[in-house]
Amino acid sequence: MSLIQEARTRESMLARGATAPPATWSVTEQPWGWALAALLLIMPLIANGFFLIEIFGTTLILGTIALSLMFLAGYGGMVSLMQLTIAGFAGYMVAVFGVSGNANISLGWPWWLATPMALVLAVLFGTLGGALAVRTEGIYTIMITLAIGAAFYYFTNQNWAIFNGHTGINTIATPHFLGINWRTDIAFYYLILVVAALCYFAVLYLSRAPFGLALQGVRDNPRRMAALGFNVNAHRIAAYAFAALIAGLGGVLQVWNYRQISPGSVAVERCIDILIVAVVGGITRPVGPYIGAFIFVILRTFALDFLVKVGLDGNRFRLLIGLGFLAIVFWSSDGVIGLYERWRRRGQQKDAPPRSGGHGHG
Amino acid sequence: MTGFVERHPIWSLIILLIMAFLAWLIFAVWPPGLEEAIGRKKVFLSAVFNGITLGGLYFLVASGFTLIFGLMRNVNLAHGSLYLFGGYVGYGISAATGSWILAFIAAFIVVAIIGVLLQLLVFRRMEGQDLRQTMVTIGLSIVFADLMLWAFGGDFYQIQTPAWLIGPVQLPLMTAMKSSGEAVFLQYPLVRLVIFCGSVVIGILMWLALNRTRVGMIVRAGVDDREILAATGVQIQLVFVLVFAFGAGLAGIAGVVGGTFQSISPGEDTRFLLASLVVVIVGGMGSIPGAALGAIIIGLAEQLGSVYIPTYAIVVTFLIMVLVLALRPQGLLARR
Repeated sequence: MSLIQEARTRESMLARGATAPPATWSVTEQPWGWALAALLLIMPLIANGFFLIEIFGTTLILGTIALSLMFLAGYGGMVSLMQLTIAGFAGYMVAVFGVSGNANISLGWPWWLATPMALVLAVLFGTLGGALAVRTEGIYTIMITLAIGAAFYYFTNQNWAIFNGHTGINTIATPHFLGINWRTDIAFYYLILVVAALCYFAVLYLSRAPFGLALQGVRDNPRRMAALGFNVNAHRIAAYAFAALIAGLGGVLQVWNYRQISPGSVAVERCIDILIVAVVGGITRPVGPYIGAFIFVILRTFALDFLVKVGLDGNRFRLLIGLGFLAIVFWSSDGVIGLYERWRRRGQQKDAPPRSGGHGHG
Repeated sequence: MTGFVERHPIWSLIILLIMAFLAWLIFAVWPPGLEEAIGRKKVFLSAVFNGITLGGLYFLVASGFTLIFGLMRNVNLAHGSLYLFGGYVGYGISAATGSWILAFIAAFIVVAIIGVLLQLLVFRRMEGQDLRQTMVTIGLSIVFADLMLWAFGGDFYQIQTPAWLIGPVQLPLMTAMKSSGEAVFLQYPLVRLVIFCGSVVIGILMWLALNRTRVGMIVRAGVDDREILAATGVQIQLVFVLVFAFGAGLAGIAGVVGGTFQSISPGEDTRFLLASLVVVIVGGMGSIPGAALGAIIIGLAEQLGSVYIPTYAIVVTFLIMVLVLALRPQGLLARR
């Protein structure tokens, strides 16, 4: 668990040095946060349909799914690679219970029944997977959740009765209510924004609530927490259940966005993409996954044009992503956030007298 | 082994009965009622043989993985990429020289060198940081996968089987009895049997090397306690490099094997990485006999599953993993 622990110790070092407590909501304390929130709110005025959904909407959806991984990894110390699988499962369930082009499979429930059903099943799936994964620790968790994700991918490929094999389910209906078609660009953007903000603040709140604090205690020293009378595994499984709810919400939004779902959406590479997004952004703060998702979406959308412009083969975008991921993991233990904080600390150190020691990772 | 029988008499009996039943299924001529219920014996026998030979291939991949993990505690998630690269190297050599044996040697050496480079440049720099190593190997596997896609394209390659191994061989196993009373025997591709025997030999040699030689003793001591071993004056870093090279080389050989009786294409790296993950989770991390047992179980489950319950074949494999995790989280043959 060195990566997380390292980032954690460094963060606590920073926190000791900082004078202001981090969670104050006044505009003067958090100018960047408020500016960003305002920018996101007025985004439909600035960006056209393509940017609004393809860039910012996708970023928020991807970031929400990665947020569930950040919650597990950052606060629970459990790196789960099945978060995208849970999201994909929720998406599939929306398609199966709701209305879609494949009438022989979809049950045709209205959205307000199909969506909660999908979320409940996703939470159940995540809880069961979590109950399995908590039997192991550290790197074993990665392997088991990866195996679960892969099994689900192959299963969707083989199963025709529910998941419609490798063609997947197409033209999935999106919700209409209050007289609004929620799949039109602007309405859908605000829907995504609200869900993402809810998830973000829920994670932020939970990280300071008794449950979140106990979870962080379990992460740092499970034996001590057990000795104090906490049920370690119950906390971990509850964390998996909560993360599954967030991932499920992301998955529902994702399926409304693309209006189709197929095994390709839950492939192993996609599961690893979520890990990349979370790690590149940083897994100690809830904002990290969104930063990572933004970088990832920008790369994915524009790498082709960029590579062609530089004179390289445009298909090498995964190479670019892989190299970027490697560089981040090599040089920073906490993604882009870690890099930013190190840079800021260096700026502060120029004013203050130089301290002995320095950063101990490389 | 005797200890297990004494401690778990009922389990031993159940295992014995299952094995006896399997042996009966394989050797006896099936009564007509059974053939009506689950199909012809030939199909069953082919599935069993396919499963066992596939298990041999899985063993080759997973044993390198588990060896590296057992000694160095690093999960090399780029192991699948080493497998795929070994396959491509083997294909290149065999296409250029026409020699199958040479393809094995070249794949072993080239992939072992890559393993040495990985150990020296990546793993030594982050010793003891499990999670970071895992992330780095995930990154490496993405980079390798794309580089290989770039170099070799998305085509399927199949390594040419040498002429002396082509064709079926008749096994002394009856599949059916003709009405005239004449026995019909099972025909099976020779190359798969040879490859399976090869992996059994490699497995036995590995077991002997680990349990009967001085190097093996050092490696086993390293699995138990690296620090004390280093304190006794053993050059532990050299042992690490050698074990990593050997484990990677095995993945390379497995690539040639896989390229011969299946084919190699992008995506096979993830498939075999996952197969070896499941195999070592079932068998027990860091245990060579565990890898062998897990490989056979998973190979059989996959092949029998795809014959008898095609839609749910993958679920069977997965259920085995879940069952093992629930009953024996450390794996079937782990010592812990």
